[in-house]
Amino acid sequence: MAGIALGSIGPALVDGPLTVTDFVRYQGASGDMNPIHHDVEFARAAGFPNVFAVGMRQAGVLAAYVADYFGPEHLRQFDVQFRAIAWPGDVVTYTGEVVALDDAGTHTVCTVQVQATRQTGEVHLAGTAVFELPPDWSPATAAA
Amino acid sequence: MSETSLEGRTGAPFAMVVEQGKIREFARAVRAEHPAYFGEDPVCPPTFLASSAFWTDDASSPLPADALDLSRVLHAGQRYVFHGPPPRAGTRLTGQQRVERTYVKQGRRGGTLRFTDVVTDFRDADGVLVAQAWSTLVVTEVAATEPGVQQ
Repeated sequence: MAGIALGSIGPALVDGPLTVTDFVRYQGASGDMNPIHHDVEFARAAGFPNVFAVGMRQAGVLAAYVADYFGPEHLRQFDVQFRAIAWPGDVVTYTGEVVALDDAGTHTVCTVQVQATRQTGEVHLAGTAVFELPPDWSPATAAA
Repeated sequence: MSETSLEGRTGAPFAMVVEQGKIREFARAVRAEHPAYFGEDPVCPPTFLASSAFWTDDASSPLPADALDLSRVLHAGQRYVFHGPPPRAGTRLTGQQRVERTYVKQGRRGGTLRFTDVVTDFRDADGVLVAQAWSTLVVTEVAATEPGVQQ
């Protein structure tokens, strides 16, 4: 298959500094209105020093980052573990690395390890995305 | 209620229509930029099914209202599987949630972590299973900033 090899998928996506507006925008889009992500008094009453990022927002950014590269219609699996909390002001870097390419006859199964890392180096999210790529796939056709 | 008795419990089926404007809103919220999200026949972004929250109510949940201490519930992991291309705008889905598994682990800083895996099956108008979403929820005994768990 043209244009696909094991290793990094290219430039990382840098997201941030994260703002509470980012969290609220995702909460409105997703319907998860948990106040712990936007109401400081609520977060403090629950034992946190501040509001914190919606993990599913960054999971969505991570999945979209890798799906934008391979083509959203080719995605078949995405899984993510929430490893550490991200906070307002964090700068999160999203990366992807192709770790397996398996010929399935009519298509290629492409497995990508994905990660979101805080500016401290701490891993925020770690996960895997799986795509089924057609024989004529290339980064150019996937971006169209 | 003991946790193992939760396994296999199901919520009431719910309808969910995949909508063009909602796709656009969700894509913007997760910085998705592919043109496939913004045309006349858009495909849903990878984690779009999270917005099924707008289509569910208390009866949709497989968990009794008192099953989890909501002040201590965190989101440990999430998984989506698509049995074909992800759904496009206009697709009418029927979702149903089920408690797949409950289990206990010890936290790194002590205390017990109680996990619950909930899966949602999404079927199209023909009853074909088109997507599944797994949520792993955890109830902590210690401060929730412990690494390894997060909302």
